[in-house]
Amino acid sequence: MSTAPPLLVARDVSVGIEGRTLCAALDLDIRPGEMLAVIGRNGIGKSTVLSTLAGLRAPLAGSLTLDGVSLASMAPRALARQRSLLPQSHEDAFASTVLDTVLVGRHPHIGRWSDDSAHDVQVAFDAMARVSLTGFEARDVRTLSGGERQRVAIAALLAQDAPLCLLDEPVTHLDLDYQTDTLSLFAGMAHDEGRAVVAVLHDLNQVLRFCDRVLLLTGGGEWVCGAVDAVLQPDTLSRAFCHPLRELRDGERRYFVPA
Amino acid sequence: MQPAASGRTRSPRRALALPLLAVGLLLSIALSLSLGSVPVSPAQLWQIATGGDAGVAGDVVLGLRLPRVLAAAACGGLLALAGALMQVLLRNPLADPYVLGISGGASVGALLAMTAGLAGALFELSAFAGALAAMALVFGLAHGEGGRTPTRLLLTGVIVSAGCGAAVSFMLTVANEQSLRGMLFWLMGDAGVAAPPAAALWTLAVGALVCVPLARDLNLLARGDLTAQTLGVPVLRLRLAIYLIASALTAVAVTTVGAVGFVGLVVPHLMRLALGNDQRLLLPASALAGALLLLLADTAARTVIAPAQLPVGVLTALLGVPVFLFLLHRRQ
Repeated sequence: MSTAPPLLVARDVSVGIEGRTLCAALDLDIRPGEMLAVIGRNGIGKSTVLSTLAGLRAPLAGSLTLDGVSLASMAPRALARQRSLLPQSHEDAFASTVLDTVLVGRHPHIGRWSDDSAHDVQVAFDAMARVSLTGFEARDVRTLSGGERQRVAIAALLAQDAPLCLLDEPVTHLDLDYQTDTLSLFAGMAHDEGRAVVAVLHDLNQVLRFCDRVLLLTGGGEWVCGAVDAVLQPDTLSRAFCHPLRELRDGERRYFVPA
Repeated sequence: MQPAASGRTRSPRRALALPLLAVGLLLSIALSLSLGSVPVSPAQLWQIATGGDAGVAGDVVLGLRLPRVLAAAACGGLLALAGALMQVLLRNPLADPYVLGISGGASVGALLAMTAGLAGALFELSAFAGALAAMALVFGLAHGEGGRTPTRLLLTGVIVSAGCGAAVSFMLTVANEQSLRGMLFWLMGDAGVAAPPAAALWTLAVGALVCVPLARDLNLLARGDLTAQTLGVPVLRLRLAIYLIASALTAVAVTTVGAVGFVGLVVPHLMRLALGNDQRLLLPASALAGALLLLLADTAARTVIAPAQLPVGVLTALLGVPVFLFLLHRRQ
């Protein structure tokens, strides 16, 4: 587990929507170098918690600080250089090339009166290469498949180059091989590049394989947070997901399957 | 050279777009000034432009044609710029400046003034007040959970427009014969009875100056509120600013030349097809092309069946409908 000083600190944070408390009195330290999974049933509030951690939605109560500065007091552009967020879905109302869409990630780094520089373009090309999109730069994003479009969004997130990366279901639309590649990429960003990565995930076996810690939302505002091996136990998970889960072992590796 | 310039938003065509449109606009202004019941030669035009005395031709050009030419060009620019902004605000390439009920409100104000026999500045004031009232109504009613989302604004605008349409029909029904013709011309858009162009020119200049620094942020807003917000755009403030600017531009244009249709829809759309969706280029290009289009349409409106005149809105609609259908067909 990472021992660096925490990047994002939540103290006594309550998250709610339309009078419903999704997560009460959350205390959470997210440190550089770790990958934290957020899991729980559909509609339990994973995305809402994530956008609260991103500073896009004010918590009902409590304080959130990023690198010691209160999230609420940060200017949007300064915040955008510190944290990135991969949304669950992408709107493409207008035509745009893949390169232009990835360059959008550079926006917080480019001044109002400046144009994207050769460096920004190089960063965008490097990001595309990391998600196997080399050669796609001139394609219109509206002609891409769901999985390709998701990889464009991931490339934009990489181009944004923020120390805190928040990911809402980053691999849902991807083929199996890309799922593994992409999660390896994010785990590498945490473990090798020293970023803090928070990902909403659905596949418990991916959580076991790639993540260090997990935040499990169990409903009614309750939550459990801890090391993956401690939280991901058959009885806890069976209760949280309202379906019995069986644990299988293959040497050191554990797997969960629905019973 | 960059590895692949093809994916970038720049090309010679884009670099040339604004100068070409500006030259086209200047040529159209010259053409429009020289056409009419008193033909004016290019030599005479030059004489007038350089301050020489050209007799009757000078009076016709400066006193009659120039105000109308400037009004048509400025309002074309206003409508196209407002349309481009509305399309980003509503994130819908088929939105136009009237979609939020502004022309409906202005029409109600204008027809009320005509019914009451008002003319001149009072008439314009009434139309402008109608536009502002519709704008305030839509803005006030469109608020809800999640703020003023594109869908909520659009639905509220459509309903307010429908209400205004009913009020307009009522006033047309009860209007007397003399004012009916003027009302119909105004509703279709008519630069012939245009108000003085100064307000429209100033509004266009200020609007363009305010929009250009916002263009980068608008590029992000076009990609969705969440994306824009995540990347540091103050979305709620920007949406409010765009709404107010686009509404003000539209209100001034409608007050000056009436509810000219299709310029605000078709011009930004054509520019987007030709130049891409970079607002830094799209906004000024739309303003220039809108000015060019409405000026040419108005020139045709007052010359093709001279001495009679067509409402310019009829010509822009005759052009706009096929273009719109073509674009819609391409989208499918």
